[in-house]
Amino acid sequence: MKTPAIELKNITKTFGSNYANKDVCLSVYNGEILSILGENGSGKTTLLNMISGIYYPDSGQIFVNGEEVTITSPSDAFKYRIGMIHQHFKLVDVFTATENIILGLEDNGKYDLKKASEKVKEIADQYGFEIDPNKKIYDMSVSEKQTVEIIKVLYRGADVLMLDEPTAVLTPQETRKLFSVMKRMKEDGKALIIITHKLNEVMEISDKVAVLRKGEYIGTVDTANTNENELTEMMVGQKVVLHIDRSDPVDPQDRLIVAHLNCFNDEGLKVLHDVTFTAKSGEILGVAGIAGSGQRELLETIAGLQPMVTGGVQYINPETGGIEFLRDKTPLEIRELGIRLSFVPEDRLGMGLVGNMGTTDNMLLRSYLKGKGMFLHKDESKKLAKKVINELEVVTPDAEFPVRKLSGGNVQKVLVGREIAAAPTVFMAAYPVRGLDINSSYLIYNLLDEQKRNGAAVIFVGEDLDVLIALCDRILVIGSGSVTGIVDARTTTKEEIGLLMTKEVNKNA
Amino acid sequence: MHKEPLFHLVKRPAIKWYEAWFIRIMSVVFALIVAGIITLALTGLNPIKVYLTMIDGAIGTVRRSWALAQKTAMLLCIALALTPAFRMRFWNTGAEGQVLAGGMATATVMLLFGNKLPNGLLFVFMFVAAVLAGAVWGVIPAIFKAKWGTNETLFTLMMNYIAIQIIGYFVLEWSVPKGSGQIGVINQNTQAGWIPAIAGKAYLVNIIVVIVLTILVYVYLTYTKHGYEITVVGESERTARYIGIDVKKVIIRTMLLSGAICGIAGFLLVAGSDHTITKDTAGGNGFTAIMVCWLAKFNPIWMVLTALLICFLQKGAGEIATMYQLNLSFSDIITGIIIFFIVGCEFFINYRIIFNRHGKEVKA
Repeated sequence: MKTPAIELKNITKTFGSNYANKDVCLSVYNGEILSILGENGSGKTTLLNMISGIYYPDSGQIFVNGEEVTITSPSDAFKYRIGMIHQHFKLVDVFTATENIILGLEDNGKYDLKKASEKVKEIADQYGFEIDPNKKIYDMSVSEKQTVEIIKVLYRGADVLMLDEPTAVLTPQETRKLFSVMKRMKEDGKALIIITHKLNEVMEISDKVAVLRKGEYIGTVDTANTNENELTEMMVGQKVVLHIDRSDPVDPQDRLIVAHLNCFNDEGLKVLHDVTFTAKSGEILGVAGIAGSGQRELLETIAGLQPMVTGGVQYINPETGGIEFLRDKTPLEIRELGIRLSFVPEDRLGMGLVGNMGTTDNMLLRSYLKGKGMFLHKDESKKLAKKVINELEVVTPDAEFPVRKLSGGNVQKVLVGREIAAAPTVFMAAYPVRGLDINSSYLIYNLLDEQKRNGAAVIFVGEDLDVLIALCDRILVIGSGSVTGIVDARTTTKEEIGLLMTKEVNKNA
Repeated sequence: MHKEPLFHLVKRPAIKWYEAWFIRIMSVVFALIVAGIITLALTGLNPIKVYLTMIDGAIGTVRRSWALAQKTAMLLCIALALTPAFRMRFWNTGAEGQVLAGGMATATVMLLFGNKLPNGLLFVFMFVAAVLAGAVWGVIPAIFKAKWGTNETLFTLMMNYIAIQIIGYFVLEWSVPKGSGQIGVINQNTQAGWIPAIAGKAYLVNIIVVIVLTILVYVYLTYTKHGYEITVVGESERTARYIGIDVKKVIIRTMLLSGAICGIAGFLLVAGSDHTITKDTAGGNGFTAIMVCWLAKFNPIWMVLTALLICFLQKGAGEIATMYQLNLSFSDIITGIIIFFIVGCEFFINYRIIFNRHGKEVKA
């Protein structure tokens, strides 16, 4: 009988009174790909962090090739030939690929970049990576950086590779490339563990799937003997209908006209190039693009949080038909014009809400100036907080409990609840389901559709292309700050959007 | 090889209020034991006797109790001034200078207009001058921070030295008698501009003013729109911008307030108790107040207790030094140990230590 490359027995880890992992048992053999599937907060990353020496388990045993080991630091993990590719890369920007790869290695004190470069090339050729060993990290795309991270652990001789949500930041094409590399590593006898919450990827890449739910180990199944519905049920604990409603737009009219927008970020880099589009009432306009292509800046510029260098934003008032120019207006001035523009930012606790305040005080953010005199009038906020908690089923001890301590899904419900309370005519949301469990995600999708049916012009920045295609009416694709195309969501394909995401646009035009 | 680390730390879930208070009280007990052992080891004195002397020194007589109340009131007043700024995460380390600016303004008005104006009008002048001076001293760093993003901690700190040197200059210039380097008691004969005693208690006005201020600051921070803006800016400047708060305006307005209250503290010190101005009028309270503020987690009501605790320790420790003819540093050691334990216990309120079983054998 074969011994597993890694075997976990009854691993338990608590944070406070919460079990991050409870009695998790799993094993992975050489030449095998194991997926760890679970919703956000189900303890997937914590589990891998214990294998890679970042956390130490409260109890339980870890075996490497049949031998029990204690891993208290990442260098211990390397000793046992275990390498982890984190979701957030840990690379030195001003170094080249090779320099990053050999960083921290004790190679008999000799520092031979040339030899190292050759070895990097060798590894790359063996598994089919495309990499330039002498390219600096800051010149690299996300996918290239990920390649460096993977080669880094291979260079150190890892036999077990653990990848934490490697596809979250990739285009469909890049994902395919990564999967083919993973398959080659598997054929070479490596053991791979991959964290993901995308079911189609689980089905495509893995041999076995281990499912976690709220830190508890539910079970391991062979991918060949299961299907997406069964996995979802294991993951959520109940049958879920994964269906996104898409209503047909009713009487769409121009609501927000964005023309020739150019914008710099805080570091003075140009992040938006000549962005032009129109958002219509009763319609969801999706925004797709590789993370960090200017999506955040686009919404923040419209909301009056970022100065625009050139270009303009026109708002067409649905009641009067009058035109308002939003350029150089602060969020407060926009609201004083009677424009009901709601914005659910990407950074919920850092921008949309105040973490240490309760639900009531967070409702107050949009309305604290209302009422006469210097004192706050909290009655309406209290009512609104109650309403949001009831209608969106926010799980919180009470309306004064700090929102920072709520789960991601509940934090988002508080934020979205406040933003839709104003009956917006323009509703913008950046990555509104990031970090949310499946049920909350679908609740958010339905709320977006509801806003659309209420006649709002909805702008939805998303990362999951399947969702964008299923939910939106039109999809604007953004690549390095330029609009590379606007497609009809009902007829487009993932591949078409993927190509547009990486399309180069002549910036001088 | 299979070795377990000796212990590891785990963040506690929400702790019940009485458990937290149990930990706090235990920390004081431990502090007293440790300080007692050190007292015994260093001086050979009976620790219990030493502690009793401390209590006696702080509240042993009616006069001492009043002195403690006055000292507490002044420290509390400065801590209250810092609170709005600290809630905004604006680290105002310049209370010392702002108090001195207020005190200097008060003394100047007393010197120039004392005996020339009716006393009522004189008080109004003194008060307004003190508030303005303190506010100006506080707002200069705030303007620089708002406009150019300068570091407020360094800026406010530097403003202290400017205030001290200005006073140094005028103390020489106006010294009585000439060349003595001291202004001496201002208007000693007429007592013009002296805050009068009520019911024979010299410091009662000061204490009442600070009590009123405590309530006002609490209400301002908790129930007003301004207070809400301060909290939002302090928690997250990006959230503040997102909802349309003018962050620069809030920074400047709040530091005007913070400086103004420091000015009031200067006014009370000069007009209410010292009747003179020296470089030491603030006496380091501008810095001690930072600790008062933090210990009370920026809550004005809790600050009454933390200010009292620190003044009690200072007074009591001073008494031991005199009684047993010890070095003054010794009383600082005792104070330091007690405060260290009180501050340190917050760690145990937030974290739990888990010791692992030794030599655990695991079957492979």
